[in-house]
Amino acid sequence: MNIVVLVKQVPDLAEEFEVNSDGTELDEDCLSWVLNEFDDHALEEALHLKEETGGSVTVLAPGFEGVEDVLFTCLAKGASKVVKVGDFDVSPDSHSIAAVMAKALGEIAHDVVLTGVQSVADLDGQVGPLLGANLGIPHVSVVTHVSINSAAKTATINQEYAGGVLGEFEVSLPAVLGIQAARELPRYAPVSRVRQLMKTETIDEVACDVGMGGGLVVKKMSPPEVVGHAEMIEGDEDEVSEKIVAILGDAGLINK
Amino acid sequence: MSNDIFVLIEHRDGKVSENAYELLGKARSLAAAAGGSVTALVLGQGVGNMASSLGAANKVLAVEGDSVAQFTPTGYVNALTPIVETGNPLLTLVPNTAVGIDVAAGLSAALKLPLASYAIGIEIADGLPSIVCQTLGGKINTEVGFTVGRGIVAVNGGAFAADDGRIEGQPLVETLSASGDAAGVVFKRFIEPESGDVDITKEDILISVGRGIEEKDNIELAEELAEAMGGAVCASRPVVDAGWLPKSRQVGKSGQTVKPKLYVAVGISGAPEHLEGMRDAELVIAINSDASAPIFGAAHYGVVGDLFDILPALTEKIGEAG
Ligand SMILES: Cc1cc2nc3c(=O)[nH]c(=O)nc-3n(C[C@H](O)[C@H](O)[C@H](O)COP(=O)(O)OP(=O)(O)OC[C@H]3O[C@@H](n4cnc5c(N)ncnc54)[C@H](O)[C@@H]3O)c2cc1C
Repeated sequence: MNIVVLVKQVPDLAEEFEVNSDGTELDEDCLSWVLNEFDDHALEEALHLKEETGGSVTVLAPGFEGVEDVLFTCLAKGASKVVKVGDFDVSPDSHSIAAVMAKALGEIAHDVVLTGVQSVADLDGQVGPLLGANLGIPHVSVVTHVSINSAAKTATINQEYAGGVLGEFEVSLPAVLGIQAARELPRYAPVSRVRQLMKTETIDEVACDVGMGGGLVVKKMSPPEVVGHAEMIEGDEDEVSEKIVAILGDAGLINK
Repeated sequence: MSNDIFVLIEHRDGKVSENAYELLGKARSLAAAAGGSVTALVLGQGVGNMASSLGAANKVLAVEGDSVAQFTPTGYVNALTPIVETGNPLLTLVPNTAVGIDVAAGLSAALKLPLASYAIGIEIADGLPSIVCQTLGGKINTEVGFTVGRGIVAVNGGAFAADDGRIEGQPLVETLSASGDAAGVVFKRFIEPESGDVDITKEDILISVGRGIEEKDNIELAEELAEAMGGAVCASRPVVDAGWLPKSRQVGKSGQTVKPKLYVAVGISGAPEHLEGMRDAELVIAINSDASAPIFGAAHYGVVGDLFDILPALTEKIGEAG
């Protein structure tokens, strides 16, 4: 069973974002990059599938800043092999990633491809379904449960809807699945292990043209102008608590 | 080429979903601005029956056949591709949901049309659409246009008012049989969630915990506050995915939609998927250590601080007051 996982690094939401002077790009100097949390779930699910079915987990990531850290982390978590695809100057859009991954998968065996359902950096749709469409194979997003059926010809999966309702589907393989949550929380890779692997292991590379993008023109990026921004309550924890008690009392939610 | 606006209507069990009305209401004003009309695309079996609740559309295209009897990404994309290609609308609006994600991307790839996702605003000026997308967990809005002047937009839940699209009427109904098949994807069944010990949709007071709570044992801090106030504890998705609270306590896009009198968001960043489930709460108080957390944009009152200091102090003061 050849399991492929697509991952990418995204800006850490804990950082303050700054927009460059023409207002159309994030100032990349202010960013720190982390593994997209939903891709981490995709890798976790893939590692469980590997334990169940045997086979290998190959992780692919688009080449741009931070890719080495992310790929060595995936190796430390248990990936069999990691591959950097293409070489981008800036963080690529979903259409460009899907295009280079489709090319790379022309040479890499894949019975099932897992990736995160979305990322905080997505703008022009999500990579998973775009890749499925490029490859002409089935794609299903918002997946919470994967089981591979005998002979690895099909998989039974759940797609999650509002209210926690699930749709159960049988999908012919190969297919691309956009993972919402793995069956267990993503495992942790100790930094020492990642460092050690950086010395002993290598990242494979697939060179590709970096494509044409998704046909969007970014006109402006800015923090949202929130109309109803919260009235902020200042003070230490006791002062704050007293003020909240007063607010709740005025609203008739507690006895004053 | 037309100036029409196409809208994918999501539905389940013969009922049109709320998001369809949100899209239709916006589509009407966009069609007026562009000088086109609104076409509602409804896929399934016997779906023409739903037309009377789709009066916001000028025309309902009922696409019928085995391949679309139940939603599958392949069935929907294969049926819609020739329809969108022939109609060549200015915009095709789909909901940014489990149904819409695969349809939007599938159409974009098949028709080489650009796609703007996570839309919360759409305007048309001089015939050209401009879309505001909610990106980076709600911390940055990104306004985009299409290089080719037309495209597909995946719209976030709650971006537009459903009331504007909830119009009874008798739009023109055209029935087509679905082309293509559901190649490779077979729908099996729906699985309803287990009901929980507490129905959070019926509680007046909710103390909602997010990833900032750090570990399972700390949820007790929220339980104590909830008890002091006579409310219940609910959570954001990561807390539920971690197994710290049951799924029935999850608020948001893939959880419950709640409208309590009081919602206290503790250690929750306010991702769009979370806000979808609680934005109609009457009073929202947010406690977060990050002053730029988007939850403060959705709250009435905010406290920037450490929840591990504030929760115990608040529980104590409430106890004293009560
Ligand atoms: C298809 C789909 C459906 C989804 N459905 C849902 C859904 O139904 N519900 C949902 O909630 N999410 C949903 N999500 C996930 C959503 O995208 C976010 O990942 C999630 O809401 C983040 O949860 P959080 O705010 O608890 O965690 P984070 O975003 O990690 O935020 C944690 C917050 O805690 C704060 N914090 C940390 N420590 C402290 C402290 N000591 N004191 C005070 N504050 C602190 C941090 O500043 C931060 O703002 C969905 C995602 C997808 C893709």
